[in-house]
Amino acid sequence: MSDVTSDSSQAPAGATDTTTVADLTAAHEAAADVPPELVAQSLGQYLRASWARVRGGNSGVLPVVLAIVVVAVSFQIANPKFLSAQNLVNLFEQSSIYMLLAIAEIFALLLGEIDLSVGLVMGLGSVVVAELVQPTGANWPWWAAIIVTLLACCAVGAIQGTLVARLRMPSFIVTLGGLLILEGVAIIVLGGGLVGIGNSQYRNELVLYNIFWGAFTPLVSWILLAVIVGATGTGLWMRDARKRRHGLETPPRSLTALKIVLMAVAGIALVVICNVNRAHVGTIEGVPYIIAIVLIVLGASTVLLQRTRFGRYVYAIGGNPEAARRAGVRLPTIRIWCFVISALISGIAGVLFASWQVSLTTNIIKAANSYVLLAVAAAVIGGTSLFGGRGKTIHGVLGGLVIGGIYNGLYLQGVSSQWIDVVVAVVLLAAATIDVLSRRGAPRQA
Amino acid sequence: MGPDGELPVTTVPGETAAVEPDTTTAADLTSAPEAAAEVRELVAQSLGQYLRAWWLKVRSGDSGVLPVLLAMVVVAVTFQIITPQHSFLRPSNLVYIFGLSTVYMVLAIAETVVLLLAEIDLSVGAVALIGGVIAFKLVQHWPWWAAILAALVSCGVFGALQGTLTARLKIPSFIVTLAGFLLFSGILIVVLGGADGSVNLDTSKFNQLVIYDLVQGTIPPVVSWILLAVVVGAVGTTLWLRAARRRRQGLVAPPASVTAIRIALVALVGIAVVAICNVNRGTALKSVQGVPWVIPIVLVVLGIWTLVLGRTRFGRYLYAIGGNPEAARRAGVSLAGIRTWAFAFCSATAGLGGLLLGAFFYGQYSTNTADPGQLVLYTVAAAVIGGVSLFGGRGKALHGVLGGLLIGGIAYGVSLLNLGSLSTPLQYILPGAVLLAAVLIDVLSRRGAGSVTRV
Amino acid sequence: MTEVNDAPKDASSGGDEAEPLLKLRGIDKHFGPVQALYEVNLDLPAGQVTGLCGDNGAGKSVLTRTIAGAHHPDHGQIYFEGRPVHIRSSRDAAALGIETVYQDLALADNLDIVQNMFLGRERLRRGLLDEDAMEIAAADTLSTLRVTTVRSIRQPVASLSGGQRQSVAVAKAVMWNSKLVLLDEPTAALGVVQTRQVLDLIKRLRDRGLAVMVISHNLNDVFEVADRIAVLYLGRMVAEAPVTDFDRQSVVEYMTTGGANGRSPEPARSASDEG
Repeated sequence: MSDVTSDSSQAPAGATDTTTVADLTAAHEAAADVPPELVAQSLGQYLRASWARVRGGNSGVLPVVLAIVVVAVSFQIANPKFLSAQNLVNLFEQSSIYMLLAIAEIFALLLGEIDLSVGLVMGLGSVVVAELVQPTGANWPWWAAIIVTLLACCAVGAIQGTLVARLRMPSFIVTLGGLLILEGVAIIVLGGGLVGIGNSQYRNELVLYNIFWGAFTPLVSWILLAVIVGATGTGLWMRDARKRRHGLETPPRSLTALKIVLMAVAGIALVVICNVNRAHVGTIEGVPYIIAIVLIVLGASTVLLQRTRFGRYVYAIGGNPEAARRAGVRLPTIRIWCFVISALISGIAGVLFASWQVSLTTNIIKAANSYVLLAVAAAVIGGTSLFGGRGKTIHGVLGGLVIGGIYNGLYLQGVSSQWIDVVVAVVLLAAATIDVLSRRGAPRQA
Repeated sequence: MGPDGELPVTTVPGETAAVEPDTTTAADLTSAPEAAAEVRELVAQSLGQYLRAWWLKVRSGDSGVLPVLLAMVVVAVTFQIITPQHSFLRPSNLVYIFGLSTVYMVLAIAETVVLLLAEIDLSVGAVALIGGVIAFKLVQHWPWWAAILAALVSCGVFGALQGTLTARLKIPSFIVTLAGFLLFSGILIVVLGGADGSVNLDTSKFNQLVIYDLVQGTIPPVVSWILLAVVVGAVGTTLWLRAARRRRQGLVAPPASVTAIRIALVALVGIAVVAICNVNRGTALKSVQGVPWVIPIVLVVLGIWTLVLGRTRFGRYLYAIGGNPEAARRAGVSLAGIRTWAFAFCSATAGLGGLLLGAFFYGQYSTNTADPGQLVLYTVAAAVIGGVSLFGGRGKALHGVLGGLLIGGIAYGVSLLNLGSLSTPLQYILPGAVLLAAVLIDVLSRRGAGSVTRV
Repeated sequence: MTEVNDAPKDASSGGDEAEPLLKLRGIDKHFGPVQALYEVNLDLPAGQVTGLCGDNGAGKSVLTRTIAGAHHPDHGQIYFEGRPVHIRSSRDAAALGIETVYQDLALADNLDIVQNMFLGRERLRRGLLDEDAMEIAAADTLSTLRVTTVRSIRQPVASLSGGQRQSVAVAKAVMWNSKLVLLDEPTAALGVVQTRQVLDLIKRLRDRGLAVMVISHNLNDVFEVADRIAVLYLGRMVAEAPVTDFDRQSVVEYMTTGGANGRSPEPARSASDEG
C-alpha cells in the first residue's frame, strides 16, 4: 500500500487550492490517528505510535489516568490515611454511584444530547424503592420493589426521550424541566418526612441494605476475580486469533498479553485491598457487592455500545445525524432508547443510593441536584465528548473514580460541601476546556 | 447542539433541501408563507388590511405576543375561580403580583439578551441572588448607589467570565453556566455565612431604607397620575411623530390608525395599573396607596433594553449572530466580543433582579429566600412564553416583561391556594411544568410554520 | 413500493441499441408555484457514464433526488430495466439497485471506514456485530475499486483526505449490488490529484457494467469521463446525446441559453420507447 502522504505532496507548484493544504495537515494527523494497535507490529512500535497519537491531539484515556495519579498523590500527601485500605474501599463505594451516573450520562452525551435529570432520577428511584419496602406501607418484596422502581425510571426516560426525539425539543431544556418535576414528585413520595431501610428486622429492608453494605467473602472474591479475568482474557486472546486467521489487522500479541496482565494486576490489587479487614470492631472484609454491580453494568453497556447495531447507530447519530438518517437509521427510536437506558442506569444508581444513605430526607433529595454535574464531569474527564460521537463506558468508570477521589479527599480534609461543589464546578469547566481544546484539529473517533 | 452551543436549525451544511419527500425543500420555499405574511403586514395601508395581515401572520406560525396574552387571560380567569373567596383579582393581590413579577421581568429581560444569541444562561438565578446579597452587605457600609453599582459590576464580571469561556474557548454555554450555577450557589452560601446565614436591611437607616423602598415604597397617588400622564404623553408623542415622519418620507410605516390604537393601549394599561395601585390596600388606620417605585424602575429597564436591542449596533449584532453567526462573522462582527458582553450584561441585569427580589422579600436575604434553580426555570419559561425563541434571533425586551408578569401571576396564584403538604413539591413541579409547556408551545408553533426542523 | 409487472426484459448491456437501464419520460415536478422539472426525458444506459450539466437552479438536484426516491414526480414515468416503477423512498431505490452519493458524502466522521461503509446494513453474528466479516468485505470492495492510498481500513473517516473520503463514499454506494450510481458534484471540493483519483474510480465503475450519472459543473471532468451528456435548462432537458456530439462551447450555450447556434440535438430515444 502506498504511503498516505504521497498524493498530497504531489500538488502542482503554485496551487492555491486550500484543500491541498488541508489535506496535508489531515494526512499528518491521519498518520497519528490510525489506531496504533492496528499498524504496530511489536510492542515498541505500539508505544511509539501511541505517543505520536497523543502528541497529535488524541490523548484517549491518558488525561484520566494522569488525573487519578495526581489525585491519589496530592490527597495522600495531605492526609496519609487517604490510601489506606479502609478509605480506599470507602472511596470505591462512593465512586460506584458516580460511575453508574457517568455511564448513564454517556448514553446521552454520545448522541450529542445531555441528560440533566440523572441525579433526580436516581433520587426518585431511591425514594420509590425505599417506600415500597416499608413494612407499614406497601410492604412489597424487595425484588418487586426494585423491578417496579426500575420500570418507573424507564418510563421517565421514555417521556423525556420522546420529547427530545420526536418533538426535537432541546434535551437540556427537557431534562432541566424534568429534573425539577422529578424533585417535586420525589418530595411528594417522601410525604414530607423521612423514609429509612435501616431496620434489619424486616427482611426486605435488610436485603436492600445489604446491596450497598454487603460484600462477597474473601474466598468468593478471589474465585470471581479468577473467573472474570480468565474469561475476559481468553475472550480477548481468541478474538485476536480469529482476526489473524482471517488475515485482518491485529494488534501484536505482546500488547494483548500486556492488557490481560494489567487487568489481572488491577483486579488483584482490588481484591487484596478489599480483603483487608476494615471494621473497627469485628470483621468486614471482601469485595463489596456494588463493585460487581458496577462491573455488570459496565460490561453490558460496553457490549451494547461497541458490539451491537444499536450502539453503532448511537455513535453514528452523534457523529453525523444526517448520514445516519440517510443510511436508514431510525433516529427517534435510537434516541428514545438512549434516554430510557440512561434513566434505567440512573434508577439502578438510585437503588444503590437508597441502600447507601439508609434513610432519605427531603434535604438529601435536594442535594441530589448536584449529582448531575458530577456525572457530566466524570464522563467528560473520562474522555467523552460533549459534542457527541466520542466516548466509551470505561471512561465513565475512570472519570467516576477521579470524582470520587476528589470528593473523598476533600471530605477527609474537612472541606464543607459548598466548597466541594465549587471545586467540582471548576473541575467540570477544566475538563470541558480540555475536551474542546483537544478537539481543535484532531479528528473525532468513536 | 453544534459546537458553538448554537442549536442548528438546518439539517445539512451545504445542502439546501432535505431528503424527505415534499415536506421541506429549499429553505426559502418553506419560509415563503411566513415571509409573505410578514410583508403583507408591513405594506398594509389601512387598519383593516393590517389586521387581516396580522391574523395571517399568526396563522402561519409567528404569533408574537398572542400566546402570552391569551395565557394571561386564562390564568387570571382560572385563578379567580379557584382561589379561596375569589381573591385573585383583588387590588392588594394584584399589586403584590406586580411587585413579584418585576423580579421575573428583569430576569427574563436579562435572559433574553443571551437567548437572542442562541445561547443560554443557567446561572441567572444564582447570580441574581449573589448580586442581591452583595448589595445588601455593602449597603451597610457604603452609600446605596455605590452598593448597587458595585453589585451590578461584580455580577457583570461573573457574566463576563462565563461569556469568555463560552465565546473564546467554545465550551457550550449550557455547561459553562451550569457550572456557574453550582459555583455561585456555593459561593452564595459562603457569603451568607453558612447555610443558616442571612443578611437583613435595617430600615431605620436611610441608606438602607432606599433599597428597601425600591420595591416596598410607593409613589403618592396624585403623583402617580401625573407621572402616568407624562409617560404616556411622551411615549405617545414619540411614536406618533416617528410614524408620521416615516410616512412623510415615504418609508414603511404602519397606518395612522394602528399607531393611535397602540398609544391608546399603552394609555389604557397605564390607567389600569395606576388605578389598581391607588386602591387602598392597607387598613383603615394606615392606608397604603400608590404605585410602587419598582414599577417605574422596571419600565426604565424595559425602555433601556428596548432601545439597546432595537436601535443600537450591539443589539443589531445580537440578532445577527443569533440568526446566522457565520454571516455576522463575515460582515466583520466580533463574535467573541459581542457574546462576552452579552453574558456580562445579562448577569448585571440579573443582579438588579436579585436586588429587587431581596427588597421584595422585605429586605431579608437568607438561603431560604429563593431557590436559584427555580428562579432560572421560571426565567427561561417567562422569556420563552413571552415570545423569545430558544433557537436565537427572535425576541424583544417586552416579551420578557409580559412573560414575567404571567409567571408572577402563576407563582403567586398557586401560593394563594391552600394546598397544604403539596405546596413544597409544587414549588418544584410547577416551574418545571411551566417551562416544558412554554418550550413545547414554542417548538410546536414553529413546526406549524413549516420551518426546517433539526435532524 | 416498486411495481413489478412481469418478468423483466433483457437487461441492457451498454450501447445505444439496447434498452437503457433507467429511462425517464415526461417527468414533471413542482414545488408550490415553482416548476422544477418540466417534461424531462433521460436515458441512463448501463456501462456508460452520463454527465448531467446545468446552471444553478436548472433542476439537477431535483432530478437526482427524484431518481433516488426523495421526491415523487407529479407526472411522467420512470422505467427501470424496461419496467415502469414507482420509487417512493430511498429504500425503494436501494432495492432496485440505485445508489446515490450526495455532495456532503453523508459519512460519520467519528466512525472508521468499515463502519461507515456498512452503516445501516451491518452484518450480525449471533446477534452481535460481525466486525471481521464486514472488514473483509469492505477491504475487498476497496481493492476491487483500486482504492489503495488508504493506510488502514480502520482509520476514522475524519482523517482521510477529500479524495479518499469521496472514494469511500463511492465504494459504500457500490457495495450493494448496485446497478445505477448517482454522483452529485463528486469533484467539487477536490484538488487536482484527488480529482484524478475519483475520475479513475468512476471509469472503473463504468467498466464493471454499472450505469453512472455524474452531476458536475466542471466541464473538464465531464468531458474526460462521460460517454453521454445531458443538459438541463430551467427544468427542461434541452440536450441529450453522446459526448462526441458536443464541445465545451455548445454545452455552455445549452446551459446558459437553452439552445446552441444551429445545432440542437434532440433528446435521444431508444427503439423500445414507443410502448
